[in-house]
Amino acid sequence: MIEVNHLQKNYGPLVAVDDISFKVVPGEILGFLGPNGAGKSTTMKMITGFIDPTHGSISIWGSDIQDDKLAAQKHIGYLPEGTPAYDEMTPRGFLDFIAEVRGFTKTERLVRIEHVSKIMSLGSVLDQRIETLSKGFKRRVGLAQAIIHDPDVLILDEPTDGLDPNQKHQVREMIRGLSKDKIVIISTHILEEVSAVCTRAIIIAEGKILSDGTPAELEESSRYHQAVTLKSHSSEDASKMIEKIESLDCVKGVEQNEMSILVFPEVKDGTLLPAIIDLVKTQEWQLTELFQEKGRLDEVFRRITRESSHVGS
Amino acid sequence: MSGVNIVLKREFRSYFATPIAYVFILIFLILSGVFTFYLGNFYERQQADLTPFFSFHPWLYLFLVPAVSMRLWSEERKSGTIELLMTLPLKRFDVIVGKFLAAWIFTGIALALTFPLWITVNYLGEPDNGVIIASYLGSWLMAGGFLAIGSCASALSKSQVISFILCGVVCLLFILAGFPMVLNAFSDWAPAVVVDTIASLSFLTHFTSVSKGVLSLRDFLYFFSMIVFWLLATTVVIELKQAG
Repeated sequence: MIEVNHLQKNYGPLVAVDDISFKVVPGEILGFLGPNGAGKSTTMKMITGFIDPTHGSISIWGSDIQDDKLAAQKHIGYLPEGTPAYDEMTPRGFLDFIAEVRGFTKTERLVRIEHVSKIMSLGSVLDQRIETLSKGFKRRVGLAQAIIHDPDVLILDEPTDGLDPNQKHQVREMIRGLSKDKIVIISTHILEEVSAVCTRAIIIAEGKILSDGTPAELEESSRYHQAVTLKSHSSEDASKMIEKIESLDCVKGVEQNEMSILVFPEVKDGTLLPAIIDLVKTQEWQLTELFQEKGRLDEVFRRITRESSHVGS
Repeated sequence: MSGVNIVLKREFRSYFATPIAYVFILIFLILSGVFTFYLGNFYERQQADLTPFFSFHPWLYLFLVPAVSMRLWSEERKSGTIELLMTLPLKRFDVIVGKFLAAWIFTGIALALTFPLWITVNYLGEPDNGVIIASYLGSWLMAGGFLAIGSCASALSKSQVISFILCGVVCLLFILAGFPMVLNAFSDWAPAVVVDTIASLSFLTHFTSVSKGVLSLRDFLYFFSMIVFWLLATTVVIELKQAG
């Protein structure tokens, strides 16, 4: 378990992280969401013991990161932002170094390196200098060193940043594939990542926690949650359909964009879609598309982070 | 202790994984040869000893040691690997000592590779080999002192250029502290205790006695405490950076 209590980090007059508290329990994959410069990386650097907090405390599996740093750090596997690695080394040498620091014997290290390079598909580049590797491979080397000791806590700072869609998919698969008694914290500004891998999302901006919940809860808070989209053959058809739709009780509002109509529900209780389906049947409308939205995370994200900057200014 | 060892091994290998090590050793050997034979009048002196060789070492180290030490921390900071290193379960002082020892052993190797000179004097005459061994040891200890200063300078900045210059300047001050020119400037007005203290802090004062073959406990302690002091200073700098 990780407990973060009233964490604060000041750089001179600048408050990078402002009184953040949260707990993470095993099995959770926590996504740190926030605009650039929100304090995500700073928080991670404090959790991993790279920088000291100005105030507050962090406990990792019962060990305080400041009082008993080594014990806390033994639980953690960490991928810093930008995947730093010793460029002149080969992935094999690099992983061997990390594994040795992690206290494995020579034979154990061979097994470990074999194991993680299989998970990360590093086999073909194990003996090539890290500086010659592509971004995707470098990232995988960074991830391999983070998981080499099978850590209880995995902290990944923007693990998919700058990767192509296939590589992103691979990294997410790896994170999802971790056993269920681990804690994973990833930071990202890619919203799709949150719904793709996280069981919980914390939105931070300007050093403060603005929202904390499951990705589904976030989506529910979207104004698009349970909104229904209909697409007809022409904009004239659409205009005619709007009149009928607006007369429904459960409709709060309607937006038309050429051939498509977006209908917002009065109450988000799941009654809008059946009502609209009934209407479509009785009126015998010809549609090309009909679907209900879960919610738009980017809209939620913008709304939440903007609200905070209004309050701040 | 195992932490020191692991860091030392990794660092040491990384010297030889890049051309830096070979370039450094080559330049060190060429320059020490040039200094000995041209500036030190090795042959003209008609004496079977290595005094001309060793007496230039403080000056040789003045710009070669910063070249080794500048990358110790600056490079880690610049490439971000320091974040990796400092979040591994390693004691901070172990990392600092491991890195320092790797650099020190490396300069030791460069120094040892000057052995053809030692063979030469033995071929040409009958030098006092005890003196030569003591001088080698003293020179290596002095290199350690320079390196420890460089370690601290390197921890201060992520720019290797700044680290280089900073280390060079501090080392220069420590050399010059023993110069008659500097000491005279103080001796006119300052009490003798101050002048003696300044002189006793100088690399030159201690190295001169060492290069004559007198490796006294005092000189040994001087270099040793220089190393310990500057490594502790490195720790303080790194901790301050971590506290932000």
